[in-house]
Amino acid sequence: MADDVMIRLENLRKVFPGSPRPAVDDLSMEIGRGECVTLIGPSGCGKTTTLKMINRIIEPTSGQITIDGRNAMSIPPHELRRSIGYVIQQIGLFPHRTIAQNIGTVPALLGWDDTRIYDRVEELVETVGLDPEMLGRYPSELSGGQQQRVGVARALAADPPVLLMDEPFGAVDPIVRKHLQAEFHQLQDDLGKTVVFVTHDVDEAIFLGNRMAILEMGGVLAQYDAPEKILAEPASPFVERFLGGERGLKRLALLPVKDAGLARGPFVDVTAGPDEARRVMEANSVDWLGLLDGDRLLGWVDGSRVGSSPLRELEPRPFLVTLDSEDSLRTALDAVVTGHARVAVVVDNGMYRGMLDLEAIAGEVTE
Amino acid sequence: MTVWEEVRAFLTDPATWSGPDSIPARLWEHLWISVVAVVIAAILVLPLAVWLGHIRRGSGVASTVVNIGRALPSFGILAISFLILVQLGAGVGEPWAVLVALIALAAPPLFTNTVTGIQSVEASTVEAARGMGLTGKEVLSRVEIPLSTPLVVEGLRIATVQVIATATLGALVAWGGLGRYIVDGFARQDMGRLIVGAVLVGLLAVLAELGLGALQRASAPKGARRGDIGNPAQRSTV
Amino acid sequence: MTLVGQSTPLIDWDWVGRNLDQIVDRTWQHLGLTAISVLLGLVISVGLAVVALRWRWTYPPITWVTGLLYTIPSLALFALLVPIVGLNATNAVIALTSYTLLIIIRNLVAGIDGVPASVMEAADGMGYTRQGRFWRMEVPLALPAIIAGLRIATVTTVGLVTVTAVLGLGGYGFFILRGLNTFFWTQILVGVVLSVVLATLLDVGFIWLERLLSPWARRGR
Repeated sequence: MADDVMIRLENLRKVFPGSPRPAVDDLSMEIGRGECVTLIGPSGCGKTTTLKMINRIIEPTSGQITIDGRNAMSIPPHELRRSIGYVIQQIGLFPHRTIAQNIGTVPALLGWDDTRIYDRVEELVETVGLDPEMLGRYPSELSGGQQQRVGVARALAADPPVLLMDEPFGAVDPIVRKHLQAEFHQLQDDLGKTVVFVTHDVDEAIFLGNRMAILEMGGVLAQYDAPEKILAEPASPFVERFLGGERGLKRLALLPVKDAGLARGPFVDVTAGPDEARRVMEANSVDWLGLLDGDRLLGWVDGSRVGSSPLRELEPRPFLVTLDSEDSLRTALDAVVTGHARVAVVVDNGMYRGMLDLEAIAGEVTE
Repeated sequence: MTVWEEVRAFLTDPATWSGPDSIPARLWEHLWISVVAVVIAAILVLPLAVWLGHIRRGSGVASTVVNIGRALPSFGILAISFLILVQLGAGVGEPWAVLVALIALAAPPLFTNTVTGIQSVEASTVEAARGMGLTGKEVLSRVEIPLSTPLVVEGLRIATVQVIATATLGALVAWGGLGRYIVDGFARQDMGRLIVGAVLVGLLAVLAELGLGALQRASAPKGARRGDIGNPAQRSTV
Repeated sequence: MTLVGQSTPLIDWDWVGRNLDQIVDRTWQHLGLTAISVLLGLVISVGLAVVALRWRWTYPPITWVTGLLYTIPSLALFALLVPIVGLNATNAVIALTSYTLLIIIRNLVAGIDGVPASVMEAADGMGYTRQGRFWRMEVPLALPAIIAGLRIATVTTVGLVTVTAVLGLGGYGFFILRGLNTFFWTQILVGVVLSVVLATLLDVGFIWLERLLSPWARRGR
């Protein structure tokens, strides 16, 4: 099945001169075409070494690397690297070149003509969400988040099938990092590159990886599987410890609300009479009532006010927190514990979809 | 006569070893004027530099001093100093013009190194000291001055080597010192005098550089000693 | 010598007017000695810097030896060169060149060393060859430091050229020495002032050149 494997590492080993123990020892793994694999592990586990051996920034001591069916060791390193996108944490933009020149680096090395480079650069600026006005500026004039976008654009410039990323979002502040992660997730869906992504952030690895490779000290592959699988069934105590104490929460983060079974809950149409309203509240054993107008969510009223006047004349209060069906169950859980009704209300464009309570969320994890 | 024979002839001349134009006399002239110039420059400059460093206002002044110092040739300073002092009535052949020029040349490195030294003490260290209740004076004497000592000693090295080198040019404004041998050697076409003078001047400058470099390394706090040699390029050559 | 200084005026503009030709001649001499020495110094320094960058262990001895040369006062170095090359322009150029080496080499090596590791890694990752990386990344990025070195070397050399007056050269230094020997203040002032002006003009020229060649270094926020 050589066609489905983009990168194959066989018995990869790296011993740095003067170091008694190998940084990576006998690592074998396959990365599928179009797959995003996140490499994660404690510091010193050899994840960055592994990544840098793929484009031979670090030369392996022994072992085989095959990229798209070609033996990487048989290609001159600089040629190999021109066909592999590379993004590092420190970004490494060339300070003496404009943003346009930076993005056009590899195309220029490959000998593209100027108009083709120019068109490609313009296209990429849009892809990564940069203002085209930045093209004539120098890197020092950009913010950290903008620089990292340029770094990604530069790596994508010659449309390489493989992208290597070494903690690319590690140096930006948490809010920008979340943005960049979401954007990259989207980008990856659109472009379908084969990505190897090193990170030390478990949540990032879970969020971005189709598969996640957890390395132990010395580049030993502890577990290599889809994040849901790893969270559900850690292969060893090491993996369990590494994932940390919130494994359940991390799994919830992977499950979308739309796949969960939603309950109707204590919600009635404003046309309902007081008896029906009381019955619904009793059935759900709550002292509040959600009001709908058809499918549209109006809000909620306190149970003590039901019956004093027709529902239509009560002024419903809005839910402070609502979700949409693309949100994760982790967000839903957050809504349950912060909202005082103790439920997560799911609304798409104002239309009520249903609700989740604590038990329903817990049920999804243990299933 | 070959060069070596001329050198030997000069070295065996009794006048070379005793009298006003002897090596001991010229060496003494060269040394005392250098030391006096550095000491006076230090007395004049250090208090101001320490104060500017303490209030953290000196870096702009320091870089201006460096740039002006570089554009002014030492020979020019010496000539101007001579001109002014003769105008003021000093006698030709007296050391005053040379002394004034040497003080002017020793001052900039002492000033800039002291200012930079005190300002290089980290702001957090100073803040911690203030936080513990030290007064401004105590911060200066217990924290800033001890921590900046290596840089101040470096300034002393730079200034001293510069002064020893420039004192050589004193012979061009009718004064003595070891430069006398070189200037007279050129004037009288006396190769022996010329070469001996040049070797002595070269040795003195190199010894001062190496000796004060060692002192500079020894003055660094034990935790912060580095093995590298000093950087002569911090001063202008003469 | 006699005391004749007090009676003459400080600046005799007549003399300046009558000697414009000579001033122009000495300007060319001053500029020529400076330019030849700095250029020669640059060529030799590039050679030595290449050696120092290729074989790291050679860097300390190179700076030590050039540092020692830098420490020898110019008057002594001119004198020591007399038995070897004589009393002429070659003597002056050898000595002046030797003073530029330390400054230029240090700035060359520091400039190349100052290229951020992340830029080098990114360049490797993009697929630059070793040569390509050196010429397209390391040299342009080291340019501000290299020019700074040339700037300091040039300004220093302009000052030192005045001392070559003892070799019968001197550029503007010729006026200073003659003025000292004849107590003619105008000549001293003309020599010193023009030398400072020349140094300042060249200094400004290098600042301008640096801005021209490395626009990226000035536009940071």
